[in-house]
Amino acid sequence: MTDSISTIRREALGALERIGDSDALSAWRAQYLGRRGAVGKLFAQIGSLPKTERAAFGQGVNALQQELDRAHEEHRALMESQVMARDLEEGEIDISLPAYPRRRGALHPSTQTHREFQTIWADMGFQVYQSRDVEEDDLNFTLLNLPPHHPARDMQDTFYTTDPKVLLRTHTSPGQIRAMRDLGDGGTKPIRVILPGMCYRQEQVTARSEIQFTQVEGLAIGRNIRMSDLKGTIAEFAKRMYSPNAKVRYRASYFPFTEPSMEVDVECFLCGGEGCRVCKYTGWLEIAGSGMVHPTVLRNGGYDPSEWSGFAFGMGPERITMLKHGIQDIRYFWSNDLRFLRQF
Amino acid sequence: MLVPVSWLRDFVEIDIPVELLADRLTVAGLEVAHMKYIGLPQETAPGVHMPKSDHLVWDRAKLLLGRIVEVRAHPNADRLVLALVDYGEAELEQCVTGATNLFRYKDRGELDPPIWSPFAMEGATVWDGQSDSPKRMTLKGRELRGIYNKSMVCSEKELGIADEHEGVIVMEDDASFVAGMSLADVLGDVVLDIEFTPNLARCLSMIGVAREVAAILGVKMNYPDFDFQAVGAPIEGQVDIDIREPALNPRFTLTLLRDTEVRPSPFWMQHRLKLIGQRPRNNIVDVTNYLTFELGQPTHAFDYDKLVARAGGAPTIITRLPEAGEELETLDAVRRELGEETILVADSAGALSLGGVIGGGDTEISEATVNVLLEAAAWDNISIRKTIKEQRVHTEASARFSRGVHPSQAILGSMRGIELMRQLGGGRIAQGVIDVYPGRPDAVTVDLPIERVNRLLGMDVSLEQAADVLRRLEFAVEVADDVIRATAPDHRLDISADPVVGQSDLLEEIARIIGYDRIPDTIMADEMPPQWENTAVLLEERIRDALVGQGLAEVINYRFTSREREALLTPAGLPPSLAEAEYVEIANPAASDRNVLRHSLMINMLENAVNNARYQATQELFELGKVYLQRDDLLPEEPLQLGILLAGARSQPSWLSDGSSEEMDFFDLKGVIESLLHALHIEDFSFERGTHSSFHPGRSADLLLRGERIGSFGEIHPQVASRFKLREAKVVYGEIAVAPLISQHQRLHNITALPTAPAILEDIALVLNANIAASEVEAVIRQAGGRLLRDVTLFDVYTGDPVPPGKKSLAYSLTYQDEQRTLTDKNAARIRRKIIGAVRHRLNAELRS
Ligand SMILES: [Zn+2]
Repeated sequence: MTDSISTIRREALGALERIGDSDALSAWRAQYLGRRGAVGKLFAQIGSLPKTERAAFGQGVNALQQELDRAHEEHRALMESQVMARDLEEGEIDISLPAYPRRRGALHPSTQTHREFQTIWADMGFQVYQSRDVEEDDLNFTLLNLPPHHPARDMQDTFYTTDPKVLLRTHTSPGQIRAMRDLGDGGTKPIRVILPGMCYRQEQVTARSEIQFTQVEGLAIGRNIRMSDLKGTIAEFAKRMYSPNAKVRYRASYFPFTEPSMEVDVECFLCGGEGCRVCKYTGWLEIAGSGMVHPTVLRNGGYDPSEWSGFAFGMGPERITMLKHGIQDIRYFWSNDLRFLRQF
Repeated sequence: MLVPVSWLRDFVEIDIPVELLADRLTVAGLEVAHMKYIGLPQETAPGVHMPKSDHLVWDRAKLLLGRIVEVRAHPNADRLVLALVDYGEAELEQCVTGATNLFRYKDRGELDPPIWSPFAMEGATVWDGQSDSPKRMTLKGRELRGIYNKSMVCSEKELGIADEHEGVIVMEDDASFVAGMSLADVLGDVVLDIEFTPNLARCLSMIGVAREVAAILGVKMNYPDFDFQAVGAPIEGQVDIDIREPALNPRFTLTLLRDTEVRPSPFWMQHRLKLIGQRPRNNIVDVTNYLTFELGQPTHAFDYDKLVARAGGAPTIITRLPEAGEELETLDAVRRELGEETILVADSAGALSLGGVIGGGDTEISEATVNVLLEAAAWDNISIRKTIKEQRVHTEASARFSRGVHPSQAILGSMRGIELMRQLGGGRIAQGVIDVYPGRPDAVTVDLPIERVNRLLGMDVSLEQAADVLRRLEFAVEVADDVIRATAPDHRLDISADPVVGQSDLLEEIARIIGYDRIPDTIMADEMPPQWENTAVLLEERIRDALVGQGLAEVINYRFTSREREALLTPAGLPPSLAEAEYVEIANPAASDRNVLRHSLMINMLENAVNNARYQATQELFELGKVYLQRDDLLPEEPLQLGILLAGARSQPSWLSDGSSEEMDFFDLKGVIESLLHALHIEDFSFERGTHSSFHPGRSADLLLRGERIGSFGEIHPQVASRFKLREAKVVYGEIAVAPLISQHQRLHNITALPTAPAILEDIALVLNANIAASEVEAVIRQAGGRLLRDVTLFDVYTGDPVPPGKKSLAYSLTYQDEQRTLTDKNAARIRRKIIGAVRHRLNAELRS
């Protein structure tokens, strides 16, 4: 009977050596080590042997089973390492083939700039106050120190609605009055808000001007708000928005709702102030209009201008976005060409 | 406004480079937008950058002032003459020239009085006067019709002063002229183009700008002499004034010049007018123009004799409002119907001019005029603005009066004007001025405590420093007890009598002249206002992020559209489903298809889809924007809406894909919406069959939040799609109100603990009536399955053989799981029996074997 053990052993090991794929290996395992396999049959024979031989035979079959198990495992490992080696050697792909296209969403560039604004201003304690687009003439002009027939009304070409008391806001400034009345608690509370939103002007649409555009207005009201605070605040914004070394220049200007009023220029970040086409060779880029809130506006917002003071500023996110990305045509913003939008 | 620096120098000494002056003016609020150089080199000033100018720089040694001593005929040419020029050397230089304006001096011998002309020596570079495009040329000796010539007398074009090339520049004698002096010292100039904000009405003149320069540089202002030499009979009795609307015409002054001669102005006057872009006409009209720009006080000259003829004697100038139906033909040859608010200058025979705006043709100066009546008046700026708007006429006079000219200036205009006219045309000025001044403005005095200056500016300004700035700006200043008492000079209308506003007005002047750059940068020390949670803003951004995260691109559209455009969204014969409200209508729209504000984002987004379809096979867009619903209030509601549009292939073409390009449909959009709602942790939503008429009725749905309809989505109705030429590509669109999303989103939401026990999975397939909604089936299964049925996923929908007609097969994969305990097969079988029983009983469903 030991012969049959050694025969099976020789046969099995011989067959194993010739096996090159995993199906054959499974078949081999079934043939020899399966429940009905050759080794199993040997175990089944034990009972039919004389008692004296049983122990020795049993040990022999056990040893065979262990040996074949081991050999199977070794052969499996060998085959696996060969497959891996072959894969490493031959499984090269052309990595220059195009990727499978993944879809990427895109935030509108205007939204991106607004977010950047909001983050910077939030860090300085300015919260977003949302105001309306369709506005009363009173709030857009008169209460902002621009009574009817005021020369400064010429500065803005207004879209009026068929109700002459109602117009599309030409700037976010009417939100100043709304914020003061809404948050000021009868002129007793300080305010720090920014007012972002869409504004409208009846202009020829060109590469440089649009009939709708966004603005971000800022307003700080307190008992001791100084012009130096306005300068410091804007300088801080410029550092965060443009560069830590951004140089800022202030020019006297005129807005009916602020006094003193000033335009804010930042050193051209495209040419470093040396002068280039974008900054019209002046070295400066206009980034904001600003000033101390006009006493009349404070009054219209419910504050006593001899006790309270404030500053306000207005910025144009589209212009800043254009400068930052070299956008030559403002009409790109609302034309919603995906070839443009997908670049953000 | 164009401002030649040479003109400013009449009134103020400028000892800094012009480039630096331009920078100082710009920073002080008078923005120098452009600088035109005439002959002078562009200089550099530290820290000042400007575009490089490529103008002609006059060689100081070769372009000189020459005295034309004599003009002789050319022996060989009729069209040329020989000008003998004294240019400071011992020998005269003979220039051959074709300048026609020298012909009249031919063969007159030595000229007395002498005439002067720019003289270019051999080697000098000038512009080529014959060339149409700008071309430089350098003078070289050559023969001209037999006479050797190496120099020239120059025209304005050759020197780069103007584009004219009629003849050479001929200047009358002047005490300051010396033959051979550098031309740059005579005509060299820089012309500043200054843009003025509306508050700078007082600066719309050379004197106005010079005052600012004087204040900025801290130097003295030299005013011109306003005296006039009057030797004629007194003006009293020769003309009278009758002001009937003193509020609109606070002052009217008249002066009279007799026996003058109307002729071309001398070179200096013509030159200055040309430098500022004005066309010289004759000495009288030129003076009125000149005064407008020099003093900022527009004036008007009448032919006095025509007035006398109209009145049949000494005229009375009347200022009044028009009579009904009154008309006037103005100098621009326009016959104008006069609105009832237009203030007129008239006489007994009728209207003469639109006060402060434009004169009438009847009484204008002509070559034959010998007696000139000069008007200098003051007008209410709002009244002038109304006239400009109504008559659509813009003149240099109306530009100034509409912004406000202080009545004090009128008398100065009269006196300076009549004297200049006398100097240029000769004659005798009638003694005195007729000056009617019913509307003298009150002097404005403001008390400004220095403490307020320091507190509002955030810097220490001394009392003396602040007072000095105001004095430099010609305020009358008294200082007592740390308070500045400043009275505004009488050329200013912009200082308020309101005590607090007046203080701000002064504050601005102090800060502006000291320089904003001197104010320190500080951090706000003031109390921080209470901060609040800005849910709406945060949620809007969350919505954007959720959609961008799903691969959508954000669009922002015009909020303008037209009723007709939005009507395209409703198929013929169906009721519109857009918001029930009126439109906000624009009175002055930019275009006829942009004359109302939108009720829906749909129209814009469909247009986006059409436009983009030319370049993009697949589009996934969203917009978060307002719509405008006019209801009963004065102002419309402005709710925020979310629009989502999908079109094109679900998967993108690639060498890796199997080539199938299935189009996105209703279920893609439903997926986008569900994902968004999940991202916002909104749970109580459901879908119902769509009711919005812009969508395909069978392939659209309404979105309900807690039972309330907040939006609709689906395949665009084929009729609507065909109107947009979108038939070929399937477009799915949805629009959802954002306010309910914001109010219903869960700020806090609990998570479910991760189960520790294994799950049991099994599949069941049900055959049931085809018209039963899948959502209903799932609801029955979930209800029957109870707590232990953790998940239900529909993985197959099938109709057709062997499923009987009118039936469908829905195959679900079910997950049973308890959080703590391992379920047994028995447990699972019990749940399964309950589910099968329920679907049999309630949906009449059969288990498919
Ligand atoms: Zn630059």
